[in-house]
Amino acid sequence: MNTAIILALASCSMALVAALAPLFLRQPVAQRTGLSLLLAASGLLAMIAGICGLILGGDALILPLGLPWMPMHVRLDALGSFFCLVIGSLLLPVAIYSQGYLRDETRLTSLAIFMPLFVLGMLGVVLSDDAFTFMLFWELMSVSSYFLVTFKHENLENRKAGFIYLLMAHMAGLLILGSFAVLYAAAGSFEFSAMRDATISPFWASAAFLLAGFGFGTKAGVVPLHGWLPEAHPVAPSNVSALMSGIMLKVAIFGFIRVCWDLMGTGDFQWWWGALVLAAGSSSAITGVLMALQQHDLKRLLAYHSIENIGIILIGLGLSMLLAHFGHPMLAALGLVAALYHTINHALFKGLLFMGAGAVLHSTGTRDMESMGGLIHRMPWTAALFLVACLSISALPPFNGFVSEWLTFQTALMAPQMGGALLTAIVPFSAAMLALAGALAATCFVKVFGVVFLGHARSEVAASAHEVDNWMKVGMAIPAVFCLLLGLLPVLFIPLVDRVPQLLLHASLADSIHAHGWLWLTPIDVAHSSYSAPIVLIGMLVLGGLAFWLLHPKGRTIRRSVMWSCGNPHVNARMQYNATSFSQPLRRIFAGIYRPEEELRIERSRHKLLADSVHYAVHVGDMAVQYLYQPIGKLTLYVAKLLQHEHQRGIHAYLAYTFITILFLLAVYI
Amino acid sequence: MSSASVQIIQAVMLLLFAPLAAGFISTCKARLQNRRGAGVLQPWRNLRKLFKKEVVMAHHASWVFRFTPYIVFTATLMAASVVPALLVDTPLSLTADVIALVALLALARFFLALAGMDIGTAFGGMGASREMTFSALAEPAMLMSIFVLSLSAHSTNLTTMITHTLNSPFALHPSLAFAMVAMVMIAVAENGRIPIDNPTTHLELTMIHEAMILEYSGRHLALLEWAAMVKLLLFSTLIVDLFMPWGMTAQADLTGVAIALGLWMVKVAGLLFVLAVFETSMAKLRLFEVPEYLSGAFVISFLGLLSYYMLEVGA
Amino acid sequence: MSATLIQQLVDGFAALMLLTSFALLAQHRMLSVLHWFAGQGLLLAATAAIVAYGTDNEELYISALMALLLKGMLLPWLLRRVIRQLHVHREVEPLMNSSMTMLVALGVTLFSFHIIQPIEKTSLLMTRDSMAIATACVLLGMLMMITRKKAITQVIGFLAVENALFFAAIGATNGMPLVVEIGIAFDVLIAALIFGLFFFQIRTTFDSLEVDTMNAHLIHKDDDE
Repeated sequence: MNTAIILALASCSMALVAALAPLFLRQPVAQRTGLSLLLAASGLLAMIAGICGLILGGDALILPLGLPWMPMHVRLDALGSFFCLVIGSLLLPVAIYSQGYLRDETRLTSLAIFMPLFVLGMLGVVLSDDAFTFMLFWELMSVSSYFLVTFKHENLENRKAGFIYLLMAHMAGLLILGSFAVLYAAAGSFEFSAMRDATISPFWASAAFLLAGFGFGTKAGVVPLHGWLPEAHPVAPSNVSALMSGIMLKVAIFGFIRVCWDLMGTGDFQWWWGALVLAAGSSSAITGVLMALQQHDLKRLLAYHSIENIGIILIGLGLSMLLAHFGHPMLAALGLVAALYHTINHALFKGLLFMGAGAVLHSTGTRDMESMGGLIHRMPWTAALFLVACLSISALPPFNGFVSEWLTFQTALMAPQMGGALLTAIVPFSAAMLALAGALAATCFVKVFGVVFLGHARSEVAASAHEVDNWMKVGMAIPAVFCLLLGLLPVLFIPLVDRVPQLLLHASLADSIHAHGWLWLTPIDVAHSSYSAPIVLIGMLVLGGLAFWLLHPKGRTIRRSVMWSCGNPHVNARMQYNATSFSQPLRRIFAGIYRPEEELRIERSRHKLLADSVHYAVHVGDMAVQYLYQPIGKLTLYVAKLLQHEHQRGIHAYLAYTFITILFLLAVYI
Repeated sequence: MSSASVQIIQAVMLLLFAPLAAGFISTCKARLQNRRGAGVLQPWRNLRKLFKKEVVMAHHASWVFRFTPYIVFTATLMAASVVPALLVDTPLSLTADVIALVALLALARFFLALAGMDIGTAFGGMGASREMTFSALAEPAMLMSIFVLSLSAHSTNLTTMITHTLNSPFALHPSLAFAMVAMVMIAVAENGRIPIDNPTTHLELTMIHEAMILEYSGRHLALLEWAAMVKLLLFSTLIVDLFMPWGMTAQADLTGVAIALGLWMVKVAGLLFVLAVFETSMAKLRLFEVPEYLSGAFVISFLGLLSYYMLEVGA
Repeated sequence: MSATLIQQLVDGFAALMLLTSFALLAQHRMLSVLHWFAGQGLLLAATAAIVAYGTDNEELYISALMALLLKGMLLPWLLRRVIRQLHVHREVEPLMNSSMTMLVALGVTLFSFHIIQPIEKTSLLMTRDSMAIATACVLLGMLMMITRKKAITQVIGFLAVENALFFAAIGATNGMPLVVEIGIAFDVLIAALIFGLFFFQIRTTFDSLEVDTMNAHLIHKDDDE
């Protein structure tokens, strides 16, 4: 047994202890402190375990737990270690943040039980080395997160969201189980090691790919399987939303990589797998960001951005699949590294964004962006940290989001011509969609930051907001620092990520990454492309400092005055651009996609030219819900109605059904 | 001459010539419209005036508003120093490839839009909303034309791309022509020139870029105006670099640099003159025709990609 | 001129051909549609001349001349007259919004690229690269006929299809036999004249040039009967 796996198991047990602690600690204060402390410890351990696993290599272990004939197999390989690191690096700050965030909460017990169980589930999935253990922890993760979504179950909205979430999570679980069943049929064993060795026919490989793709895709929120995501994330407590969006979606990505790359292997890939993943990624990225732009509920907006970022990760994975299939392992490794880099980046900045949204919610009591504004003056720390996350998610240098999107672009740009015309076009097209999604994300975060933190307060609650406590500030500062570090020093971090393609693709970027020292990021070689974030940052600091120093001789102060606004003296807070007006141009340009329902009412009682009041309302619904989910729901109800009368028959009918089923089964299987 | 000194000369040159380039365009336009114009040096005079003036800022302007001019200026200047203008291989040209260059400009735009929202006037928000929307729609076309260019050079590093163009024998490349048209269209949009935006307008309902900087004054305004001019010259240099780099020198010797400087000035002046002609002969587009213009640019760059595969690789 | 330069010129013209086909789809005003159409005709003439020079095929020079006179000048002039005299609405009225049309057009181009690829490999002619583009242009002309309301734009679509076929003929076989070509050219001319006459007739009968109106009228008549 090596250090890494011991640390990982210690992290799991810490989460288990945290789940059991509320049974002994009854005081809310004690529960809160216990939860934060134990989860922080668990996160720290998971982080260290991940880094150790990536550097030293992991180990496999059989635990004397589980079913008598099937003990639990756990294993920490490079892939698992990387996701351990992802989980740990967000869990630690979220745990610290929770200490402050849950301060006013009096009924903590259910949260204090299920949040650690949720974490345990995610860690377990990452560590598991057989299908049974995997599914066990997977379901633990799904079910415990259901209880977290419905934490405030007195609201109807939360119960509804929880129901949709549970339904789709179970559908996903069923599909994943189906995928494992296919692999089991080929291997004859639930152990992953047996599945790796087994050969599988192309047809069944495709079946397993599709089942896994739809199963994990549902959990990751890939369009059009994302219906649960924008419902569940907003209603959960913010620290839980941060974990759900930051890590749980990534665990689904982990599962997808585990099944496709590891259990089946790149040899089984077919060209259309990569094309499908690429198409799903592009459409998720675009749909996610377009829907996000039309939201005015801050957390719902962030939830849609998770869909977008999952799309970006899938673009990287799809490129990697295509390149691996057509025999370009180096470029496939680059695509995989880009996807994984974006995975940890998204965990960090999305976690930070949800924590920031939680801080705003905590201090104003609302999630509605239309009643915020000017919070930068009252919550300066939150604003600054939130801005870091906004810059990161908008893929702007020198932060981390840019590095991973840049790597994805490089993969697409360096991809040689593959296959027919369709493939030739889909790679650049998806790169263009990635560019569009990135730029629209920047648009969206100008809107978020501008409407929430800048300008004037749009309501009383926003005007009387207050800064959050130090726990929450520290919780938000940690991922912000990581965002900057991962953006500045990718060359030091990529060799760690590189262990994963070494394991899965037997290809490594190590030579080209290290070729020019820590300053230069050169994914293929320096003639292809290079980027140096430290020089960009230092250059900007020097130039900016110089400009500031030159232009600021002593005695030249800034005169403060009322705002100018083209000389218009009567400007009030309601005349500002708000979330709805900011996205109006896009609503009009993409009217065909949004199909907005607009309502305009002008009351004129005095004169036909004098408007007394103008009422404007616009609603943009989710197309997938309208055209996919609702018809399926209606169909289900219709079929149920058709079968309704069968319920009313007596016991004899039921017995007859049982009897016929037995006869049928006998006839078929004997 | 060392390459580092050429690098510094080049960056300073872009910085100092940027107002001249803006003055050149307005002089050309004035002459084309039978006016005398204020002369090539007018933008310099404007900047000097603004730098001397006092800064007035709204009471509740936050630090975002205050530091944005510096961020915008330095990000643009950083981008400008990455683009090779005279020497093919400058020390800083490896710092950022074309994609990173675009991202640096996006960073400047992000802060500019935030500053527009900071004061809380309707104009600022309007400008921010429009600027971000249209630049987002421009992005796929920009990337697609970069994609077309990188296909033949197998690189996104400007130095490699320029060397590739310089070293390959002269040939007609339809794909490059498409990419160039798309790139020029995008450059026009990114710099807020006619027909997308009018840099000289202050008519509230049509302006985009000016709406964001309405509240600025004094040296802050000067920095923002200067950054906009540098950006225009930067895009001109980029287009010259990518499509007609002839004359750029590989060695940092005096004659080579002098020739490169002369040719660069001629090429950029030619490009700017064409821009002036277009600006004189065209009217500004209606706001909601801009997306169509930008999707047109995307289609053209995509045609470039297709014609590359159909006509240039197929053989 | 060297063979590679001719090849490059033909490729360049092919690319421009594709561009004009897209431009025809993208135009908003009737007269600019016509200008692009005339440009396409001139482009065809130039292509035919270049191919003629490259292959020393004298008949092709005549084709080039015919393309120049007929497609570059006569037909645009005729259509322009029709537009002037009928006072056709200046705006082109599309059925589908323009960005959507463009996306479909890109898809169509990609599709023709996809299906032509195997055929191209078997050809040895210097013009084979342009086959995919010619096919795409045919399909784009049809797309134009589908997505426009006015009869006159549909006619231009039809003529664009014919242009593309002419281009394909140059590309695939270094031109058709002259007799065939002259025959087709006259057919097209006659067709255009007849279309012109029809426009006047249609206008006097239905008070509109919109195809849907005629349809509605017919249905209406059916109801009456």
